Amino acid sequence: MESSRIIRHPVLDVPSVPASVEFSFDGRPLTARPSETYAAALIANGVSVFGHHARDGAPQGIFCANGQCAQCLVVEDGRPVKACVTRVRPGGRVRSLDGAPELEPDDVPLRAVPFLRTVDTDVLVVGGGPAGLSAAAELAVRGLRVILCDDKSELGGKLTLQTHNFFGSVADCYAGQRGNDIGHRLEAEVRALPNVDVWTDSPAVGVFDGGGVGVVRQGRFVEVRPKRLLVATGARERALAFPGADLPGVFGGGAFQTLVNRDLVRPSKRLLVVGGGNVGLIVAYQALQAGIDVVALVEAMPECGGYKVHRDKIARLGVPVYTSHTVVRAEGKGRVERVVVAQVGAGFVPIPGTEISFAVDTVLIAVGLSPVDELYGEARRLGLPVFSAGDAHEIAEASAAMFSGRIVARKILADLGMPAEVPPEWLERSRELSARPGPVLGPYPVPEDVRVYPVIRCAQEIPCNPCTEVCPKESITIPERTLLGRPKLVGECVGCLKCLAVCPGLAITLVDRRIDPSGRSAKVTVPWEMPDGLVEAGTTVATTGAEGGPVGTARVIRVLSGKALNRRKMVVLDVPADEADRVAGIRVRETERPKRPANVLPVRDAEVVLCRCERVTKAMVEDYVRATGTRDMNALKAALRTGMGPCGGKTCGELVLRVFRELGIEGAAVTTATRRPFLQEVPIRAFLTEEPHDAS
Amino acid sequence: MTHPEFDAIVIGAGSVGNPTAYFLAREGLRVLVLDELPSSGQGQNKAAIGGVRATHSDPAKIRLGQQSLEIFSTWATTTGTDIGWKKGGYLFPAYDEAVEGELEQLLPTQKRFGLTIDWCDAETVRRLVPGITRIGLRGGTYSPDDGQVSPLRASEAFTNAAVRHGAVYRYRESVTSLRMDDHAVTGVGTDRDVYRAPVVIDAAGAHGSRIARMAGLDVPVLPESHEAGISAPVRPFLDPLVVDLRPGPEGTTSNFYFGQDADGQIIFCYTPKQPFPGENRTSTFEFMPTVAARLVELVPRLKNLTIRRVWRGLYPMTPDGRPIVGPAPGVKGLLLGLGMCGQGLMLGPGVGRNLASLVLRGRPSIDPDVFALLSPSRDLRTDRKESLK
Repeated sequence: MESSRIIRHPVLDVPSVPASVEFSFDGRPLTARPSETYAAALIANGVSVFGHHARDGAPQGIFCANGQCAQCLVVEDGRPVKACVTRVRPGGRVRSLDGAPELEPDDVPLRAVPFLRTVDTDVLVVGGGPAGLSAAAELAVRGLRVILCDDKSELGGKLTLQTHNFFGSVADCYAGQRGNDIGHRLEAEVRALPNVDVWTDSPAVGVFDGGGVGVVRQGRFVEVRPKRLLVATGARERALAFPGADLPGVFGGGAFQTLVNRDLVRPSKRLLVVGGGNVGLIVAYQALQAGIDVVALVEAMPECGGYKVHRDKIARLGVPVYTSHTVVRAEGKGRVERVVVAQVGAGFVPIPGTEISFAVDTVLIAVGLSPVDELYGEARRLGLPVFSAGDAHEIAEASAAMFSGRIVARKILADLGMPAEVPPEWLERSRELSARPGPVLGPYPVPEDVRVYPVIRCAQEIPCNPCTEVCPKESITIPERTLLGRPKLVGECVGCLKCLAVCPGLAITLVDRRIDPSGRSAKVTVPWEMPDGLVEAGTTVATTGAEGGPVGTARVIRVLSGKALNRRKMVVLDVPADEADRVAGIRVRETERPKRPANVLPVRDAEVVLCRCERVTKAMVEDYVRATGTRDMNALKAALRTGMGPCGGKTCGELVLRVFRELGIEGAAVTTATRRPFLQEVPIRAFLTEEPHDAS
Repeated sequence: MTHPEFDAIVIGAGSVGNPTAYFLAREGLRVLVLDELPSSGQGQNKAAIGGVRATHSDPAKIRLGQQSLEIFSTWATTTGTDIGWKKGGYLFPAYDEAVEGELEQLLPTQKRFGLTIDWCDAETVRRLVPGITRIGLRGGTYSPDDGQVSPLRASEAFTNAAVRHGAVYRYRESVTSLRMDDHAVTGVGTDRDVYRAPVVIDAAGAHGSRIARMAGLDVPVLPESHEAGISAPVRPFLDPLVVDLRPGPEGTTSNFYFGQDADGQIIFCYTPKQPFPGENRTSTFEFMPTVAARLVELVPRLKNLTIRRVWRGLYPMTPDGRPIVGPAPGVKGLLLGLGMCGQGLMLGPGVGRNLASLVLRGRPSIDPDVFALLSPSRDLRTDRKESLK
């Protein structure tokens, strides 16, 4: 069964290696691609339930896809392993984890010796994403010895998942290129520097007495003693608490990107996205690119918080965006089968009677990111000379993270007594890159009395300029001279399509009014990144306007492709002349009429799981806080075990704080849970070396 | 100005303070418990690994341990609250003559005090601890009536029970003075208020001597730090808590111990050869490699464990290794429940019951002669340590 593997993708290179690695799952022979994770291989084989929870038998499946939680645990040859970060071993015997794993009675006597290794370095950079890579390069060119560790097997961090063209500035952060390509570029730069020691598959797991940082370097626990520590660990996805949020099939947008864009598997056939920030909007688009239907995107605020160009992109394809709506519950036996959403009133509370439901197998949660700052916090608490950069410091775009890394690197250099300054323009650019989207001012008007011209639908102040850099005639400019301003056509257009190929928002089309001497029709070229087969030459397609509203129909004259088009295709349409300026996209899916569910069950707090690891419900937390009056998360840990599980409260911590707030207790009054190593669980084998026992 | 008035004030909502408050409140006393931390059991209590035994070598600790065992083991049936009690016993395996001799030498005293404990052969040890290495195993002592509780749940349970009986808990409140009137305690001053009571019990654990000093007493309790850790849960396979008394081959550990708790997690500790005096609670890098090697070498199947968390807690140590429990010399109304030497959890309920009995009836609930071994008035300048710490 290969149906859940992505064989072809409009913008990603799919390796043509066959799934030839054999392994078994609960006795069933299955196959995987070489170096695939168990999670990817299982999903590719149609498995979405990886086990059942020890406490209540709740089905468990993929959740963070990032090695941080333990919902995807399976048992490989007697050892519990996280399916999302463990590569398939040829011949591996894998079992689903039903309840606590059994320790295999393998008692061959052995000699075990403590593995104690300490490594000194100038700077330890934790996290090989945009911030960490940029910082490591900046530090190493100045001669410092740098260890760069990352918990993944590839560098690039979340850049490796970003298949879209980047916003930002061409000069400073490779804007206009795809995120994964930028990741490879940064990686190559760092790997070329001899004094950066790159440790992949090496999570940092805690800070220890004396200031050492514990790193599990490819399965071996090592103490690194840096003169300075830089934490560039990125962000994690915020969770939402609603009934059914713990079902397999509810997971984060980033987790989805990992499975689809990195692992090239399809964990879903039909999904709904919760959250209209950039992540939510982008994953909806990427789902369609991967051949997964997106029934809707819901956003609790009256407007999507992400870039308007991202919103419009999915709306043009036919994905309805429900603003002022939230998810009420996910339902299904063993995994998600249906989702109910509703309109929200004051305080974002769902309005009874406004519920609508969709049949989906997956609900993607994209309601914001939180800094992964535990290591930073611990290092601070213990008085280490520590810095943070990128999302671990402040949530922003990856382009801003690159800058953040470089800026912090300069600060570290200065802190070590080396001459280094942060150029003021860096700070200015960094501020621009991390700017939130500005007001929607509308695009500049299209030129009159010109026969060939781009229609630039960039209507909102966002940090982006690639179109201004690629025009061979330098005809596109930002009048305000800042990265945030809107681009404007100020000169001649030769119809080269470069701005269409580069625009991250796919917000530019090309109108050519020269083809029909009668003036009744015009040629409109639309940039296109959807799977093959949806739009073919000679067929008629439904055209949509800038924001997704219907315009009319058009015949596809041809579909252009080529190296210069940045992996995009260009769909050339024959459009009635009066529609030419309005046609912005092509609808690929019919928006379905929302269904009113037959009966809507009231939400009970007893069915809302907050702590997924220990299966603690919202009602349990509320009851305990009300009964005891506690303001201490540690008391909840002790009494209910919230945060005592494998993830250590990374997911439920914020949800529990929200319950306190709902009960009228401000966050500042609540004592947060004490942190102890390890920031993620470590196999005991990492701490020792085994030798055969001489007496055995 | 009138100050809130109580029958007794317990300083410290920890391993000793909570059961003490419970036993006092249960008998109708108006009890106030003060703690500087934001909730109950947040000091060293939660650093305990949860082992509860009467298998000591000191008669007083045997008796207190027996009382604790009785209280813990009947808690669920008498109160309906699960505190993670698991009656799995304690097993001390012997792999060399020295340990075998030491264990056998203790048996007569232990038996005289009524402990269920005996020597068992290697076969029995291997049945009790599946997978324990057979190489050199000579046997061991096993005390089936000992067991384990969840320190977190036990502390929570005592607190809730005390509150049900009317005890008042005040958190985030630091004691700044003991109110005295002519060598008698009359109350406690904190950073927020003053509370009056004719009885004050110092159960402030690692900070207990600071409190005692407020009454002019020099109580020699000095903290030492010890480390512990816990794994992810595995299916239950190990009943007893296992104590390996041998010094470790790596040269830095003197003994180590571990067990599987009611949640299936393996919880473990070692005693460092060189003690770490002071209040440093930051885990060392060396702890986990050191204990991992000992665990896996003793029970090879543990090589498949996943480690979840490590921490470091304080043992409030006394010069002779015995707790300091009883009336403070020269200060009427002040009682001490201090210096548990790392065994506050397992001794706490027994200590609490005896302190309550002293307050209510003027005598301990165990044999007064045995109880006197713990007296704060004893000569504390000795250096003699108990053999089976």
